[in-house]
Amino acid sequence: MWELIRANKRKSWILFISMGICLILLGFLIGSYVSEDGGIAGVIIASLIWLFMSLISMSSGSSILLTMSKAKEVTPEVHPQLFNVVEEMKIAANLPAMPKIYIINTPAMNAFATGKGPKKSAVAVTAGLLTKLNRDELQGVMAHEVSHIMNKDVQFMTFAGILLGSIVLISQVFLRGLIYSGGGRRYSSDSKGGGQAQLIIMVVAIVFAILAPIMAQLLYFAISRKREYLADASAARITRYPEGLASALEKLSSSTEDLPTANKVTAPMYIVNPLKAKGKKVANLTSTHPPISERVKILRAMMHGHNASFNDYQKAYKEVRGRSGNIIPGSALKDTESYNIRGAAEGMGAGMGLKAETRATGDIMMAVNHYSFKQCDCGLKFKIPENFNKKEITCPKCGKRIDV
Amino acid sequence: MNILIIVGVIVLILLIFIGYYNSLVKLRNQVKNAWSQIDVQLKRRHDLIPNLIETVKGYMTHERETLENITAARSKAVGAESVKDKAQAESQLSAAMGKFNLVVENYPDLKANQNFLALQEELTATENKISFSRQNYNDQVLFFNNKIEIFPSNIVAGMFAFKQADFFEIEDAKEKEVPKVSF
Repeated sequence: MWELIRANKRKSWILFISMGICLILLGFLIGSYVSEDGGIAGVIIASLIWLFMSLISMSSGSSILLTMSKAKEVTPEVHPQLFNVVEEMKIAANLPAMPKIYIINTPAMNAFATGKGPKKSAVAVTAGLLTKLNRDELQGVMAHEVSHIMNKDVQFMTFAGILLGSIVLISQVFLRGLIYSGGGRRYSSDSKGGGQAQLIIMVVAIVFAILAPIMAQLLYFAISRKREYLADASAARITRYPEGLASALEKLSSSTEDLPTANKVTAPMYIVNPLKAKGKKVANLTSTHPPISERVKILRAMMHGHNASFNDYQKAYKEVRGRSGNIIPGSALKDTESYNIRGAAEGMGAGMGLKAETRATGDIMMAVNHYSFKQCDCGLKFKIPENFNKKEITCPKCGKRIDV
Repeated sequence: MNILIIVGVIVLILLIFIGYYNSLVKLRNQVKNAWSQIDVQLKRRHDLIPNLIETVKGYMTHERETLENITAARSKAVGAESVKDKAQAESQLSAAMGKFNLVVENYPDLKANQNFLALQEELTATENKISFSRQNYNDQVLFFNNKIEIFPSNIVAGMFAFKQADFFEIEDAKEKEVPKVSF
């Protein structure tokens, strides 16, 4: 587990540096384009833009994603099981603090983790996910999210996202400016040699401004996909029960509703791609997530064995993908301890009908909005909004008066 | 000049010693911390059981023996002191609870009781937390014990008498007592 984090850190630095070089090079080339010796100034301006964007994101932190998705923080009374499951995973992953828990009021099924680090993190789930998953499946999903926190994916993806955003912003501004000014800088150098070099820099700057955002995006998506596999592997390992996550993913893939509040940069934070409506079957270079069917197959292949260590995930991964390629860093594969897969929890998985499910989703959404619930003796259930100001209600079915 | 080199080497060795000592202390504290996490969950389970018995007593009139077993195992577990005693007593309690979970299936009335369902969720969660914190405790013990055995930190550990910590093993005891049920 700790080896995995260390290996992740090493890889993170390589990616940071290559994206950083992208940014600096972009700044330098654009600077040189604008003025003959403006390279350094360009680098400084690019760095300042990046610094500024980082500061904004650090000061608002995890709240951006939570606000954007309209998630609401909840208390244990709203959904005791969710709190229990998250605490179980917090213990299993040895997190230093309990993540805050948010519910998103939508019947779509998804979940994400966010935060500034293992000490200050948050997980959010949709109301639809809470009603449609049984306990084992919910545990699998939360294990995946807690793994993102434990592996420090959240911070990493946030910073990589900012770097990507800066690169996109700078090249967009430059290219737009170029179009509007009709060719940019007036070319007025006297010396012929200097002119030629200048021309080359101009072409290189334009080409790079077009390519840099694409390259940075591909890097970002590639890392995102890899981190999804890693989080799946960690989830299987800490729960000792790959089937929980596998069947949860299966249910998630059958849900067709998009999360309207997600976009391509925030998508890697979610457990399944929130923008999947197009129904992609195969991952390509621009996918943020590996195809769900493949993730399910790998986890199911693990169930044939008896262990849920990283080694077993790696084996299952190779079996399913049919080619070599390491998803887990070699240094983390050394652990030879046994991670015996446990059995399914007893008495779980009692499926509700569609109608009951819809009703249960509604109940959770109302509980999140501080509705209180009262039941009449005749069985009718009342949902009372927070600012209801009458002292009692008359039951429309049996005419009894009920105190609020 | 020679003296300077000798002093430098001594300071370097001293620094390395301090580093090993500190990491040993840190690991020992992590073991302690992990153990207290198990303790919290065990206490929680001990507190929940009387409530559970109280709730189900009315329904399960034919299961007096099962309920008495749980109560007996609980009071034994509450009294246990050392890591080994605790592990044994708790595994007996887990076994008794396992039997209880099997017989609950025969009482549909009980399974419709909201109060009981909430209690059952709490108990399931506590059982899970116990096993996850045990998992974590054993991980920490492994790190600590490895550090004590591996050269060169074993020298520092020997000098300051760091003792190996006990694993919390209940797997074997549990398998002896509960017959495996497969469907």
